[in-house]
Amino acid sequence: MTSTSVQSVLMVGVGGQGIIRASDILSAVLMKAGFDVKKSEVHGMAQRGGCVSSHVRFGPKVYSPLAKKGEVGVLVSFEKLETLRYLDYLKGDGKVIINDEEVYPPAVNLGEEPYPDDAVDFIKQYFTDVKVVDATGIALRSGDRRMANTVILGVLSAYLDVDYGVWEVVLTESFPPKILKKNIEAFKLGRGV
Amino acid sequence: MKALMSGNEAIARGAYEDGITFASAYPGTPSTEIMEAFAKYDGVYAEWSPNEKVALEVGIGAALAGARAMVVMKHVGVNVAADPLFTASYTGTEGGLVVISADDPSMHSSQNEQDNRNYARAAKIPMLEPADSAEAKEFIKIAFRMSREFDTPIFLRTTTRVSHSKSVVDLEEPRRVEENRDVRPDPSKYVMVPAKARERRIEVEKRMERLRAFAETFPENRMEINDTKIGIITAGMPYNYAKDVFPGYSYLKLGMVYPLPAGLIREFASKVEKIYVVEELDPFIEEQVRAMGIEVAGKTAFPYTGEFDPGVVEAGIRGVKTEGVDLPDRPLPQRPPNLCPGCPHRGLFYVLGKLKVFVTGDIGCYTLSFMKPLEGLDSCICMGASVGMAHGMDKALGEKGRVVGVIGDSTFVHSGITPLLNMAYNKSNAVIVICDNRTTAMTGMQEHPATGVTLQGKATKTLDLVELGKALGIDNVRVVDPFDIKETRRVIKEELAADGPSLVISRAPCALLALKQKADRKPPLRVDPHKCTGCKVCLGLGCPPISWRRFEDVDMKIEKKTKRQEGIALIDPALCDGCTLCRQLCAAGAIGEVTEDD
Repeated sequence: MTSTSVQSVLMVGVGGQGIIRASDILSAVLMKAGFDVKKSEVHGMAQRGGCVSSHVRFGPKVYSPLAKKGEVGVLVSFEKLETLRYLDYLKGDGKVIINDEEVYPPAVNLGEEPYPDDAVDFIKQYFTDVKVVDATGIALRSGDRRMANTVILGVLSAYLDVDYGVWEVVLTESFPPKILKKNIEAFKLGRGV
Repeated sequence: MKALMSGNEAIARGAYEDGITFASAYPGTPSTEIMEAFAKYDGVYAEWSPNEKVALEVGIGAALAGARAMVVMKHVGVNVAADPLFTASYTGTEGGLVVISADDPSMHSSQNEQDNRNYARAAKIPMLEPADSAEAKEFIKIAFRMSREFDTPIFLRTTTRVSHSKSVVDLEEPRRVEENRDVRPDPSKYVMVPAKARERRIEVEKRMERLRAFAETFPENRMEINDTKIGIITAGMPYNYAKDVFPGYSYLKLGMVYPLPAGLIREFASKVEKIYVVEELDPFIEEQVRAMGIEVAGKTAFPYTGEFDPGVVEAGIRGVKTEGVDLPDRPLPQRPPNLCPGCPHRGLFYVLGKLKVFVTGDIGCYTLSFMKPLEGLDSCICMGASVGMAHGMDKALGEKGRVVGVIGDSTFVHSGITPLLNMAYNKSNAVIVICDNRTTAMTGMQEHPATGVTLQGKATKTLDLVELGKALGIDNVRVVDPFDIKETRRVIKEELAADGPSLVISRAPCALLALKQKADRKPPLRVDPHKCTGCKVCLGLGCPPISWRRFEDVDMKIEKKTKRQEGIALIDPALCDGCTLCRQLCAAGAIGEVTEDD
């Protein structure tokens, strides 16, 4: 990634996985690092267990908060199947971070449709830089499965040209003191993956 | 200081910085966060009104008393508020009145895709449209200045993508404003009987003339002349999409979308070779520019429906396929939004789905129960429609026991009371169920008159839905717990058979509200794989933690209970709320609480 043009990160997953919060933190980090930032998100009916996506775009001057298809540099997916739904947003040399978690949609729960078990293999056929992370497992080991989104942010941080110090400042502002230490720990574990 | 704010937060911040202290609204995606943010600022009065019509009337009253009042609603809310709106255009507004209309291209959270710019023209009210958060914060201030200068209500229009995108804003200190709060009678302005309204009607046209002149030099209607081969006329969020893909073209960026600056448009047209109008939804600007005799491309290049993005604008002008990787089409399981685990609507709609009745539905989370497997709701039109429609169907069918209308508590207070009164008055036989989950759930748990708390957190009178039903003339009023399936079924069947209209209040708090209020968590449930007969009845609840596993996908030896059994049900304990609906349905007694051993 160069820092002279607008770059796009797309975060996707399922309502309730903490995607909006993660993209808020990412946006705050990028702003603090000196970029112009715009991000989009979904509210209301769409959130009730449905697909959630958040575009984060940054650069010297950003106009659109939405990326167009084929231009996203990093696709960060909190759920395997959802990665497939947004794959067409990636550019040819785009990178993929996948949380190794499956959340069954209704038709799969009812036994009417299969869950696409080959998601990761399929993605690897078209993209070379694909990282699968057991974020929930790492979060559990740090003490709370709800920190999976912090772990994923840690993984993502290694893909972006922003000093760790900026991340730490924003994380400190984002979490109450009681859970801050654990979240920083989870973030670092993710960053080291 | 810089901050990242959504368009909604920026509007609230701008109002606060401008010294605005009065606002009224009814929640509705994508507008809700404006009031939630505004209500938290020091020294402001902010209320949730029961509906948008009331909110606007409250705003008109406050404005005539000298306040600068902000009234906030989603696009369809303006339909509800349209009656006072069109006449407030005649009376003018003294203090100042800004109506925020948050439109929803692509219907992310709405039942229709109306373009509320049409209201500006129909009601002869000017309309500003910001393109991002920085503009949103600035435009709310400009809107109040214009409202006062032109003695008119004024629209500030956002779209979902402006309301719910975050971008960088510069925070400024709030200014202190002494508003002249007073009332004085002025029948020639405020009493819109025909004789007076005819006089004001002429004033409205004079005001439109002044506004059209103002638009010509309004700094937020601005030209950016670059490459003159192509000129783009645009406003709001589509400006960003176009700039993103075509930074080198020339632009006429309109901050005010009604009335349009005809002179400025002609000047722009004289400077560029080919003009595109880039606007979502209706060809609102395009048709007006065409009517000026200027040739433009608009809806010939861009879709009428759905929100745009940079790719849509690029394809419309350059006609290229987006770059990226060529991927094969691959059908994926859909992931529609669903009722939450522990949702009180699930039990009620499970019962309704099994009854041979037509269920007129309404606007709220429960609308989602039209989907498989619940299939417990058969219509959705607008706020309050379920009640009037149930009565109309009952009268048209002339046969008892075939129609149930369902409506949420907040929606009932919004628009269900008058049609319920109509059912008593006109001797209906339909049954109305209020899904009373004690909050406005879909928009994110806002208070309303039946919760006993105001927007700013003050304890207040609590509307008693049972007593209200009786006062309206409904003799059969019952309260049920929707987590008790048998009881809910029994009561609704009894009321379907009863004479006269019935009101059933299905009462249990929203699962998210219970979570927010830190109510005691019930233990999650589990399926005993050795007792489960694979009958799939529990799957009929469409509850997210419950899934189906074929025997070959389970790593344990399980005896078949019937010859035809193909698998078992499973409950994900991390998602389960412990509401017990599935346990009530399980004839095999295979569902119980998770124990230490699990």
